[in-house]
Amino acid sequence: MTEKTVLRKQESWISSILRHQIIIPIAALLLLSLFNLIADPSFFCITLGHNSAGNPVLSGNLITIIDCGSELAILAIGMTLVTAASGGQDISVGAAIAISGSVIIRVLCGTNTRPDTLQAPIIVAFLVACLVAMAFGAFNGALVAFFRIQPMVATLILFTAGRSIAAWINNNELPVISDESFTYFGGYLPGIPIPTPFFIALLCYLITWAVLKFTTLGLYVQSVGINEKTAHLNGLNPVLIKLATYILLGLCVAVCGLIKVSRISTINYSVIAKDIEMDAILAVALGGNSLSGGKFNMSASILGAYVIQFLTTTLYKFNVQSDALSAYKAVVVIVLVVLSAPSVREKLSALVRKLHTSGQTTPAA
Amino acid sequence: MAPQIQTRSRLRSRISRLSDTNLLTSITVAVFIVMYLCAILFLQRGFLKPQTFFNMLNANAALVIMSCGLTLVMITGGIDISVGGVTALVSMCSAVYLDYHGGNLFGALLISLGIGLAFGLVQGYLVAYLEIQPFIVTLAGMFFARGMTTIVHSEPFNVAHQGLVALKDTRISIPFLGSFNKRGDFIPAYMEIGVLAVIAVTAGLFAVLKWTKTGRNFYAVGGSRQSALMLGINVKRTVFLSHLICSLLAGLGGFVFFIHVGSGSPAHASGYEMNAIASSIIGGTMLTGGVGNVIGTFFGVMSLALIQNIVSSVGFDQPWWTGITIAVMLCLFLIVQSIIIVKRKQSNQSEPSANAEKG
Repeated sequence: MTEKTVLRKQESWISSILRHQIIIPIAALLLLSLFNLIADPSFFCITLGHNSAGNPVLSGNLITIIDCGSELAILAIGMTLVTAASGGQDISVGAAIAISGSVIIRVLCGTNTRPDTLQAPIIVAFLVACLVAMAFGAFNGALVAFFRIQPMVATLILFTAGRSIAAWINNNELPVISDESFTYFGGYLPGIPIPTPFFIALLCYLITWAVLKFTTLGLYVQSVGINEKTAHLNGLNPVLIKLATYILLGLCVAVCGLIKVSRISTINYSVIAKDIEMDAILAVALGGNSLSGGKFNMSASILGAYVIQFLTTTLYKFNVQSDALSAYKAVVVIVLVVLSAPSVREKLSALVRKLHTSGQTTPAA
Repeated sequence: MAPQIQTRSRLRSRISRLSDTNLLTSITVAVFIVMYLCAILFLQRGFLKPQTFFNMLNANAALVIMSCGLTLVMITGGIDISVGGVTALVSMCSAVYLDYHGGNLFGALLISLGIGLAFGLVQGYLVAYLEIQPFIVTLAGMFFARGMTTIVHSEPFNVAHQGLVALKDTRISIPFLGSFNKRGDFIPAYMEIGVLAVIAVTAGLFAVLKWTKTGRNFYAVGGSRQSALMLGINVKRTVFLSHLICSLLAGLGGFVFFIHVGSGSPAHASGYEMNAIASSIIGGTMLTGGVGNVIGTFFGVMSLALIQNIVSSVGFDQPWWTGITIAVMLCLFLIVQSIIIVKRKQSNQSEPSANAEKG
């Protein structure tokens, strides 16, 4: 009798962990790490070196992951909120990053394409980019919230036009910024061997965590996502909340834009943040969040973003062409979604239960 | 004064009697005709030539076929964004098969349809029977197709296969339509071989959607899944079928695209999925499902082509204007659609009560 209850308790403990949302990205991460460990343990090797400016920098695949995955993590924050509130995804983030990057470059360079000194402080350029990106976010949000257009289609508009607008802002020129302090955001701060984007992502995460913890934003977003009518009856304004999530995503986009242009000190309108919208959506999906809105888990999304980057880096390690990367990613994604599909899950858990009971009965017999 | 009001109310009642599908389709057709007339009136006389119209048709034949398939999926309330990727994969595979493996055109067509069928089977199964979000499944499908295109062959190249070149240059002249050149000779308008496929697909799908039980099932499932289930419609099979047909048409469209461009490249058909979605929406298909028509989609594609043509002939020929105008047009149509639907819902709700008061 007691044995049975203990067993049941154990089982419920395991299943409660298994049912927890964050288990999906963690499992994926462990799987990928295991794969890398078997294939080539040197994947995890980190070395300390010096960059061209003479500053100490860490290098290695893991550093690349936390470096390049940071933009994705920042985007995942906004994307999670948008997904939760409106039950759809914003596919214009890549284009919006191009726009905000273009704005930053435009403000910093003024009319000159090769300025020796910055024409404006970086913070001013960043704030202008924030305003522009939030305006575009508000545009998307207005289409979704006021006109009730499905998010994917509403953002399709900016997706088609975004890169064209970005090119238009700079007259299709490719200005180069030579100021060294501008490279800090996408590179390394002098004296600190860990790439700056990671700190920016960490800061964003902390701010989001605090906002979700100490304000009711998270609760409101979830209630609008779960049932808009009920939320409305309870005195919330779904239109405003949806609009707010899109504007917040705009803010995340502006931060990403700053990091992206800071990495290369210039901009390439058709390549910058290419396919990042897909990766951001995958990060949300990998975090176990329902893509049709409702409850969300911010930490799981962010972890999901780094797992996506982990996968990308792993594939690069195996000499996969950058264009062919997507095929492998697609297979991984399909496997993930199939495994997390409700009907497959039911069958799997039934199978596990069957194995469990047969395993129990055999030793007894 | 009184007759004016009467005609207005009669017009209004006629409009409200139109189904959503027919209303949105008529708006698209009207917009297309008005734009074309404006182009003829205010721009160069080039738009008066029938060949201008047929050039747009020739260049967009593949897009029409793809968009028709997409419309079918969108009527059932789903979405398929893998069509552009499938097109690129199909044209690359056909190109490699023809040039490096000495294949023939029939084999290339079979390969194209086979790829489409494979995508349709997998995506349809995942969406319909495992109930995974169509957006995510087809997103992965698009990723996969684009990646596979690079894996099959990473460099763009022109196909030298003679049969294909002959097919590419096949021109079907249209009797009684054409224009006189500067010397006064009559030059008949022509269309490419892909346009025949367009006509067949559009007419076939229109007939199926309008007059067959299977076709009506698509609308029923898109209108309300629950009600369709209660009516005894096999919802899963209908959704599966829509994805199957869509991918199959994407394969066919890819082959038509391949005939039109005569080359294989990983960059082919980039952005086509978005163009296809845009044309379906402009053509009056609602993403909520249950509303749509392939005739509207056809005019949606043509409207997109026409607006690009107009923009470039007005003088905005910098590359970015194309993207911006398509986006503006899509935005306008979406807003108009949502306003119309909301208005109609309101009038539908108020009408029965008004009738009840009268009674």
